[in-house]
Amino acid sequence: MASSHGTPPVFNNKVIAWIDHRLPIFSYIEKEYHTFPTPRNFNYFWNFGAIATVMLVLMIATGVVLATNYTPHVLMAFDSVERIDRDVPQGWLIRDLHMNGASFFFIAVYVHIFRGMYYGSYKAPRELLWILGVVIFLLMMATAFMGYVLPWGQMSFWGATVITNLFSAIPVVGESIVTWLWGGFAVDNPTLNRFFALHYLLPFIIVAVVALHVVALHVHGSNNPTGIDPKGPQDTVPFHPYYTMKDGFGVVVFLIVFAGFAFFAPDYMGHPDNYIPADPLVTPAHIVPEWYFLPFYAILRAIPDKLGGVLAMFGAIAVLFILPWLDTSRVRSSTFRPIYKWFMLVLVVDVVVLGFCGANPPEGFWVPLSQVATLYYFFHFLILLPVLGKIERPLPLPPSIADSVLKKKAV
Amino acid sequence: MRKLIATSAVALAALVTGAVAIAAGTTPTPPKKQWHFQGPFGTYDRAAAQRGYQVYQEVCAACHSLSLLAYRNLMELGLTENQVKDLIKDIQVPDLNDDGAPIDRPARPSDRFKKPFPNMAAAAAANNGKAPPDLSVIAKARENGPDYLYALLTGYVPFDKLTPDQIKAFDVKKDDNFNTYFPGHKIAMAPPLADDKVTYADNTKATLAQQSSDVVEFLAWASEPHMEDRKRTGVRVVLFLLALAGLMYAVKRMVWSDKH
Repeated sequence: MASSHGTPPVFNNKVIAWIDHRLPIFSYIEKEYHTFPTPRNFNYFWNFGAIATVMLVLMIATGVVLATNYTPHVLMAFDSVERIDRDVPQGWLIRDLHMNGASFFFIAVYVHIFRGMYYGSYKAPRELLWILGVVIFLLMMATAFMGYVLPWGQMSFWGATVITNLFSAIPVVGESIVTWLWGGFAVDNPTLNRFFALHYLLPFIIVAVVALHVVALHVHGSNNPTGIDPKGPQDTVPFHPYYTMKDGFGVVVFLIVFAGFAFFAPDYMGHPDNYIPADPLVTPAHIVPEWYFLPFYAILRAIPDKLGGVLAMFGAIAVLFILPWLDTSRVRSSTFRPIYKWFMLVLVVDVVVLGFCGANPPEGFWVPLSQVATLYYFFHFLILLPVLGKIERPLPLPPSIADSVLKKKAV
Repeated sequence: MRKLIATSAVALAALVTGAVAIAAGTTPTPPKKQWHFQGPFGTYDRAAAQRGYQVYQEVCAACHSLSLLAYRNLMELGLTENQVKDLIKDIQVPDLNDDGAPIDRPARPSDRFKKPFPNMAAAAAANNGKAPPDLSVIAKARENGPDYLYALLTGYVPFDKLTPDQIKAFDVKKDDNFNTYFPGHKIAMAPPLADDKVTYADNTKATLAQQSSDVVEFLAWASEPHMEDRKRTGVRVVLFLLALAGLMYAVKRMVWSDKH
């Protein structure tokens, strides 16, 4: 669609015309962000791609400033972060935004992923678009994990110890891999140094994959709440000003919530133990990762076997890669899938339950609960999705997007 | 759709609270206390924090360092430079002289708070093998920090007031310090405060509760000296964003008016 629509734009400004004739960046922006035909029926769930992009830019901008004031050394890292907070002009603000920005980046991305799953945005011809999204998610997890290590508090150190130790579950070469990851025989200065280097590097790789994600998106255009393809101009609106305005509004509303946390409860989503300097000789009572990893942490601990737990945790993300082929239904949007729609919401509840399991110590009823929730997670993807697509009878699809919009108005 | 949004909002909120719902074990949760600095507009009570500095300096500083703070920071509590100089005039800090020999010299406002021990090993050796924690960020480093610190300082129970059940359950010896709010109850720190442990210059009666809440006010400030700045900025940012959101919504409605 993107490759075929519209006539080349004419630029009145001579400088812009001169540049564009040699390097068509203005034509590109015109085509992909102005006239780009976009389904007219997006709901506010479609804002979260733009919101996630804004958060990514915010994280990189604040992160670069933090990096200029941070010292990646085990003896100085903790104090250098506190120095940013206390002595660097507006340093508290930059750190606040970066620290809470990570949480809100994940919130945006989780809603974005939910949107994709609920409305079947991963189905043909958008499988690669989805897979690139899962790659971004994985890169984000790696980046966030290493970023949390940098302040070198107790949770930084012990989180790094627990997570890197997971690789020791790999038979035969596991221990060697862990030593290689650490750059020594324990989590220590070499580990902190390489985590800092990678934490600075990975966001730019994320930017590159986001670019691919957007290119893939613009081949067939966005999915929409009905899940049916636009059939003509009556079904679409130009991206600008319609969605630039709607996205802009959504971004600002999201930023209000973000500012609420960053300015009035900056440590709410963090763990108090990370304000205790790392001490390799004192293990915290409960080692917990940041909240956005808790469901996966619960899956890891639900399996009584170490290797099994590690495989289950990575499997929980691996199933997302093959989601387009696990779902056998030809209907994209859950709106027209009367049974799946409910199971989709059950999955959300299941992941939230897993989150609680991950936050609590693995004892008492949390153990069987996390096992049942883990089982259900995989049941949803590996059994329910393929079977349901075959037996479910979808509701009749509207003839066109325009038709569905006009009908809704008549009601 | 509205239901969907509501569901996901609830789900998110649950996820977020889940992160902090860490089991507290058998230790009772410290009671909630009213603090001058709590809430979106709360500020530090300067007078209380200045008294709290006195408690820290005369009592806590014998064992606990406050290494991230400099004496100049006290000016943020409303003291003038001369007042700060006067406060620290008797403090001697270690330094090197021009020949590189270690000396003690009078503290300057630019100096970090003097540490009670030359290093961690010395601190541990003088305290039964465990160095007393630095207090710079202590109010942020504990769950419900200020409430916990206040409860801890006022939560000691003398051995002869313990029930036989408590003595048995926690294996308390006569020389142990029993604290209601410390995890495991047996705490190495002897009760640091008692009535009239310090004499306040402003004639505030130095009860145990008063000294405790004053020193917590001071430590809360020490943990986050920029809190007032943060809240002030936050109010401006949120008001600006709310106005911007209103404008954006109005323009969005205008743009879309021919499509609905």
